[in-house]
This record gives sequence, C-alpha cells and structure tokens, in this order.
Amino acid sequence: MPELAKTTSEQALRAIVVEGYLRHGGPADAVCGVVPELYAEPANEAELARVLEYANRAGMQVAPRGGGTKLDWGSAPQAIDLLISTARFNRILEHAPGDMTIMVEAGTTMRQIQGALSPHRQRIALDPLWPECATVGGVLAANDSGTLRVRYGGVRDLIIGITVILPDGTIAKSGGKVVKNVAGYDLPKLMSGALGTLGIITRAVFRLHPLPESSRTLTLQFVDRETANQFMLSVTDSIAVPTGLQMRTEASGMVEVDVRLDGIAAGIAAQAEIVRKLAGGAKPVEHGSDPWQAREQLWKSGESATICKLSMLPNQLSSTAEFVREALSVDAEWSLVMQSTGLAWLRADAADWAQISGFIPALRVFLAPSGGTVVLLKAPMAVRQKVDVWGDIGNALPLMKKVKEQFDPRGILNRGRFVGGI
Amino acid sequence: MNATFIQALRSLVGEGLITSRDELRTYECDGLTNFRVVPLAVALPSTAEQVQAIVRLCAEEHVAFVARGSGTGLSGGALPVEGGIVISLARLNHILELDIPNARVVVEPGVINAAVTQRVAPFGYFYAPDPSSQSICTIGGNVAENSGGAHCLKYGFTTTHVLGLEVVLPDGSLVQLGGTTLDTPGYDLPGVFVGSEGTLGVTTKVMLRIVKRPEVIQTLLAAFDSTNTAGAAVSDIIGSGILPAAIEMMDNLAIQAAEASVHAGYPNCGGLLLVELDGPAAEVEALMAQVKEQCEKHHASEIRVAQSEAERMVIWKGRKAAFAAMGRISPNYIVQDGVIPRTALPQVMDEIERLSAVAGLRVANVFHAGDGNLHPLVLYDGRIEGQEHDAEELSGEILKLCVRVGGSITGEHGVGQEKKMFMSEMFAEPDLETMQLVRCAFDPDHLSNPGKVFPRTPLCAEKQGPYVPHPREISGEAQFF
Repeated sequence: MPELAKTTSEQALRAIVVEGYLRHGGPADAVCGVVPELYAEPANEAELARVLEYANRAGMQVAPRGGGTKLDWGSAPQAIDLLISTARFNRILEHAPGDMTIMVEAGTTMRQIQGALSPHRQRIALDPLWPECATVGGVLAANDSGTLRVRYGGVRDLIIGITVILPDGTIAKSGGKVVKNVAGYDLPKLMSGALGTLGIITRAVFRLHPLPESSRTLTLQFVDRETANQFMLSVTDSIAVPTGLQMRTEASGMVEVDVRLDGIAAGIAAQAEIVRKLAGGAKPVEHGSDPWQAREQLWKSGESATICKLSMLPNQLSSTAEFVREALSVDAEWSLVMQSTGLAWLRADAADWAQISGFIPALRVFLAPSGGTVVLLKAPMAVRQKVDVWGDIGNALPLMKKVKEQFDPRGILNRGRFVGGI
Repeated sequence: MNATFIQALRSLVGEGLITSRDELRTYECDGLTNFRVVPLAVALPSTAEQVQAIVRLCAEEHVAFVARGSGTGLSGGALPVEGGIVISLARLNHILELDIPNARVVVEPGVINAAVTQRVAPFGYFYAPDPSSQSICTIGGNVAENSGGAHCLKYGFTTTHVLGLEVVLPDGSLVQLGGTTLDTPGYDLPGVFVGSEGTLGVTTKVMLRIVKRPEVIQTLLAAFDSTNTAGAAVSDIIGSGILPAAIEMMDNLAIQAAEASVHAGYPNCGGLLLVELDGPAAEVEALMAQVKEQCEKHHASEIRVAQSEAERMVIWKGRKAAFAAMGRISPNYIVQDGVIPRTALPQVMDEIERLSAVAGLRVANVFHAGDGNLHPLVLYDGRIEGQEHDAEELSGEILKLCVRVGGSITGEHGVGQEKKMFMSEMFAEPDLETMQLVRCAFDPDHLSNPGKVFPRTPLCAEKQGPYVPHPREISGEAQFF
C-alpha cells in the first residue's frame, strides 16, 4: 500500500475505532512472520463491521486474530495492512444449563468458557491446544480439536450457530440456538476450518455435554507399533467407549497407548477390564505427567522443529509411523501423537532442513492412495519455502475458490494463507 | 425444444427414461402431497457418469433438475419443478465398499438407509441416523435433508456420519468433497452440502462412518399425567448428566392413534416417555436405575422396561408408526417439524393447546423430547370447507411459536417447498443473503432444485463491479439482494 493511502486509511479507521484501540503493528503481531501495518481492536460487532467494510472499500489486506496462538498456521500472506483482533469480544452471552447450550463471543478463551461451565458440571467437549489463550474464534477458524474427538467429534460437530461479519460489512448469522436444526445452509460448518478467509467470526453457539462423574486413564507400553495399532483397533471394535485413545511414539522406539474411560465408576471398571484383556502382554505404566497433554508438548521443542497435522485411516497409524522412521535419518529426532480417529501430529527435528523438505512430500505420497493428508503447522522458513503448507487439495479446489469469491470478492481476508492460494 | 431435449436424454440413459404422463404422475410429489408438479421427464441413471451426462445436458439446455431418492421427504424437497426433469437415484443402489477395521462404508445414493445397518450388522456395527422412514428412505435423500431420527440425541445427524461425498455439480463437473479421512484440507464442503436439500448438486457417492453396536440397549416406558410432567422428567434426566440414546414423548392423542394402529401396548396416559439407554452393561444398568428414580419423582403412574428385544421393537414400532397412525383418528393431518429449547416445553405445550382450541382443531404431539424436536400433527377433515386452510394456519402459528422461544422451523424434515416462506421468521435478510452466496458458488444458474429452501432466488454476481441490472430483474422475475 502506498504511503499516502496508508495515512488516509489510518485516519479513516481512527474515526471508527476509539482512541487506544488502533495502533501500529509490531513484531509480536506477526502472522507467519508478516508484520501488520495497523492493529485494531473493535469494541463490538457494529464497529468491527464498519472497520471491515472500510478496509474492503480501501482494498486493505486484513487478517483476523483471536488469542494469537496459531498465527503461524497456514501459508504466509504477502502483506497485512490491518490486523483485526477480537480481544474485546470476550463475553459469555448466554448459558442455558437446562438446554445445554452456550452462546459466546469469539474472543472468549476456551478456559474462560470451561471455567464458567464446570460449576454446572458441563463443558464444551473439545480440548484444543493452549486453552488458556486460544479463543473460540481461533479454535473454530483453525478447526483445532484434541483428544476428545474420538467420542464427541470435532469443532464441526459441536458448533450449532455462528455469527460472521463479511468483508462488505454484512453481519450474518446462521444455525441457531438449538442442537437440532436444518433450516438453511450449515454455515457454522463452512466457517469452521476456513481460517478466517470467508468472514470474521464474532460469536458462536455450542452444544454442551455433561462433565463425566469420574475419569480414568490407562497407559500401556507396547513392544512395537503394529501391536499398538492393532490394540487400538480392537478397543474401537469392543464395547468399551473411550473418550480418548492415542498412541505416542518417537525415534527412541518408545510406543505407548493411552486409553481414557469416563462415566460412572461401575461403567469405567467394566470397560477397564475389557481394555486390559485386549492389551494382552502390554505393560501398564504410570507417568507423573498427563499423557493427554502430549500433543501440546510437541510445540515445546526448539524453534527449528517442523510440526505437521496428519490425517489417515485408523489402521494406518503403525505403517505411517514406520514410514516416518524409515524416511528420516537415524539422527533425526521425531515424535508422533496419533489418535484412533486417524488424526496425528508429528514433530520432526532434523539437523538438515533439506531432509525435512524432501520428507513431507514423500509422506504425502505415502498417505495419498488411501485419502490421507499432511498439513504443515509450524516449520522453519527454509522448509516453508520448499514445501506447500497444505498439499494437494483435489478436484474441489475450483469450487472452493468460487466460494471464496462469493464471500470475499476482493480477496482481502487472509489472502494467500489458505489452500490453493485462497 | 422439449422433443429434442428428451431425445438427447434418451441417448444418455436409454430405457431409464420416463416420459408418459401417467407414469410421470408417480413423481409429481414426495411425502408432502399438497404440492404437485408433473415433471417434463424422469431420468433413471445407473451410473455416476450417466448422472454427470444428464446434468451436463441440463446445464447446456438450461433445464432445471430435481434429484430424488425414495420420495419420502416431508417438506416437498423432491417436488419437481415446472418444465424441469427429475433425476431418480433409485438405480444407484450399491454398497460399494465395506471397511470394518476403519468403520467406514462407501455407498451409492440410492441405497436404503436400513440396508447399510443390515449389511454391517454381522460385524457388530450399525449406521446411526434412523429417520422413521429408514426402511424405505435412501442415503442420498438423507444427505440432502441431513436426516436425523430418534437416536441423533446421542449419535448425531447424517452430517455427523458423512465423511465425504462425490457429487455432480450443477455445471456437470464431478468433484469429491471431503474424503474417507478426517479434516481434509480446505473448506468443509461436505458440511455445507449435507442438508442443502438438493440445491447444490447431485450426490453420486457417499462415504459414511458406521458405529459399533453398544453392549446393551434398554428401553423404558413411563406414563405421566401430562406432557408437562413428562417434560419435567426429561429435564431432570438430562440435567443429571445422562445422555440417553433417545428420549421420545407422545401425548394422549398420539398414544391413541399408535394403539389403534400397531397395538404397541402403550399405557393410556397424558404424556408417555420412551427412554432408551445404551452402552456398556454395567453403566446402562446403573443409569437406568437413575432414570427410573427421576420418573418416580415425577409421579409416573407406570414404569416398564422392555424385557426382550421383541418387546423393545414393539415399543419402537408404535413410535415410528405414529405419523401414519393419525389416519386412524383423523381423515387428514399435517405433520409439523419444529424445534424448541428443551426447557421451553411446558410453555410451548400450553400455547399449542391454546392455539388448537382457538382454531377448533385437534393437535397430536410426538416429540424427540431430548433435543426439543416437536412433531405436532394438526388433524383436520379436508372434506369440510375451509378446514385445510385453518389447519395450515395453525401449523404455521406453531412454527412461529417455535422461533419465538428461540428454536427452529425445522429439525429434520427440511425447508423444501413447504417452509421457505418461514425462513424469514427465523433469519434476517442479511443472514439469508449470506447463505445464498453458497448457492451462487455452487449453482449460479439455479438449475439444481430451484425455488426451494429460500423465499427468493438471488441473482448471482460473478464479480463486483459497476451495477448492471440483470434482464430478469428488469422483467421483475427476480430480485437482486
């Protein structure tokens, strides 16, 4: 954006956003390394709509931001003229305990919501990364789900209503406040995982689940990954209904499976018995730490690590892990957290970035025949420059581009961050 | 033009084409019989390639098409369009792949819902969405309507179980949305396609998730003096942290009808609850005791747990036959499908009773009580002048009531032809315009089931630019948002 236009835009935005809530962007606001020119924190939906409508008219490149925990997900944008934060959208608007629904503003953190729900023995059955900072809007936009997915589904299965603001300033709601509703197109699902490229999410309604009376986790150590994978499949195929089922494995050869059983004591005991029988000779282990934090632990490594989200069929966990082992050099550090749903997160840290850059496409080729995918979540610049973040999108990409054109005809929202350059 | 078009169609599907007026009349409506349109032709393709060729031809000739499964829909979603054709998916009825270890099944759209469960039952699995019409409705129709059923309280709707779709877009291109794995990169297009009521294209393949059959299933019947008392019991059961597989409620009229029809052995009472729990035996046993306690607390006059699978099936048969059973107590009836927040039930029941008294028409009530999905059945006699109209009015008032208390105009039957004018009760113009953007991306020429779901047809802008009125806008046929 030319200097003159910049000054004009800043002045215009100052007329919309009150003093103190519009400032110049700094390194801490960077999105995939790109520092925004301006940073705005609108007060409410009407104000955000005016900001966005202005930005659209002025042709400013806009990136939405929630808690800022996943700003490096997606491809790097070319430039960001304006970062719009939902920090002031931090209220729980309506909790109906009897109806088991909650309506929240997009900037509310997951921890804040779960904290408000727990006295009612309820929760949103979703355990995304960094709940203390991650906001509802960000979790939705990035489609982040955790260990509870196996039992309760992901973001798409728990959201029942949404309000978004489109680039032209339209404030649109879809879905509703009731769990069962088929009136109109399901935009809550379309917006979930769209990475803020279609509109800015300002509020969402979720269905709630009861907090379990009690919970128990069994961790079992296996001698090899194939046996561990077979065990996981047998648990899925049994009458036990775990609320978490994951394999943790790494370069060292460690293979452990965690099974979480929730409910009433009698039910848990009966299921634990079944799980133990299925485990055969696997050795029960006790850890001081919470194994369900393993996914988040992947990010606690050094800056040089590459982290990917993998999706595969549930019976491919072991073969995929073996592929990783074979494809990376013996001195590479890597670890995998693999859920029984077929979703997995891989951290790979090799001395040689070229090795990682070659490895990701090879992993994609390995998984593609059965529909599996690999998405880069975090990677050093050297890897990002060589490897596409999203991989092959398939033959629906032109249709996705048409959807984008309809919602954001001028391409101002998170341009270039999503699949196929969207 | 028609003759040439029909000839071209015939060259694509051969004998799979219906053009005689008598035969076409079979297709003039779906389960909602008060709207009827005889289509220009009905094509019965046998392969996805044929579907694609038909749609491509329609796109070239600008002929509207309506996809159809078994025609059991209750909102007129499969109602033909004047001058358009019907594409029946009845012949695409194969289960293509069975992947038990990964709990996935790939089917063609014409496969009957219950056939999926039948096929995977020997492996201990079932397909969870169970609309009451499951023995005849198709998976393709379920995808279009995002069908629910009694068990979606715990297991979710069709959309929860569809991982991916192969669809023919209205321009004739064949694309895959989603896949067999979770979270395929890109927009959640299966999420928006499921429940789009045939307005975004034609499904040719569906990748489904199946579910492991629980160790035990227990079904309890409890009789209460009124639906309000029964409703209070429902609130307490759910409030205590139990997530039943299903909770159904019937009022006295519905009980009478079901009894007359299938002799389910229901107690004669003001409000009947049917609560089903499933899961590991130890858990179900303990929770069922809690459910009984809650029912006793609300003075249930009778509590009965089905002692055998046969007994359980009879209980369900009565419930699933409830709509059809209305024929036993009334010459005509309208099936309504609204949703309310569960806690609003007493208020809504009182208001329905009041509206019913004012209109002088009986209303029978069958609910999926766990998720607040009401199916009021407005009874009338079509032979009495003006009663059908009054019944429609009353039915509409009930819908508006659902919206007023924060609910929805449809929980599972869809908007279709029947409820498109009610969309504006629930959504503001900008909401509807925004939904229509999806339509414009998929079907800018409005060939796929046009005129359904939305109160108006928008004109789709290709690109933003200086405003030029569309010829159809000038002629007053359409309006630009």
